[in-house]
Amino acid sequence: MLSCKEVNRLCSEEQDRNLSLTERINLRMHLAMCKACTNFRVQMQFLRAATRRYREGRRGPAGD
Amino acid sequence: MNDAAVGRIDWNDPSIEKIRRDMLRFAQLQLRDAGAAEDMVQEALFSAMKYEASFAGRSALKTWMFSILRNKIVDHIRKSSREIAGADLVDGSAEDGDDFDALFDQRGHWNPEDRPPTWADPESSLSQQQFWDVFDACLDRLPPKTSRVFMMREFLDLDTDEICTELGISTSNCWVILHRARAGLRLCLDRDWFGREDTPC
Repeated sequence: MLSCKEVNRLCSEEQDRNLSLTERINLRMHLAMCKACTNFRVQMQFLRAATRRYREGRRGPAGD
Repeated sequence: MNDAAVGRIDWNDPSIEKIRRDMLRFAQLQLRDAGAAEDMVQEALFSAMKYEASFAGRSALKTWMFSILRNKIVDHIRKSSREIAGADLVDGSAEDGDDFDALFDQRGHWNPEDRPPTWADPESSLSQQQFWDVFDACLDRLPPKTSRVFMMREFLDLDTDEICTELGISTSNCWVILHRARAGLRLCLDRDWFGREDTPC
């Protein structure tokens, strides 16, 4: 069973590399039981969405 | 302006000046070198003017110009990476220790008070100017070297292999730095934006 700290690392690294099958299974098992890490993961994905908008110059109202 | 007919961009339109200022800000953030940033924006504008016929109007004009700027900055970084050199950055791996350890207990589980709460409607934040001001402030608060790796990854869209090569650091070091950057940004946004109802300023 992965700790929350290890899960945090995987939630970041999955944005930079393909996780192994074992890592994916362990991650999924942990997330199914842990609301805090699920929130963390959603927030990592939100950061990615935000930086994407940023780099396209679409900051602020109406995506401008 | 965004729906300008193909090849008929009015370069004197005031909206262009506004885009130019935003581009300059973006370039300064990436390069931390005002002169180089100015050059990149200038080059990007020349390119945009030269190739305006290739602006298909499928994306917003601003998005198109930003993608040109991004390419210029990436080229610049590739050319000047030998000057940045690794040693400087390798130091960076230890520049702020592992201060996120404090969020977890000895077994690596969240401390009750540090568990990430659910963020209320994050999507709508993206269209609020105040959110982006907080986002900028949080970016600025990252340690400089951490921030540099993060921006190469997220804003310039380079993959970690290339970042490692350019900066002469190991891949695993790169992942650690990126994790630290994201965790730092998350914490900062949580405190200064999403948690703001609890602590009105």
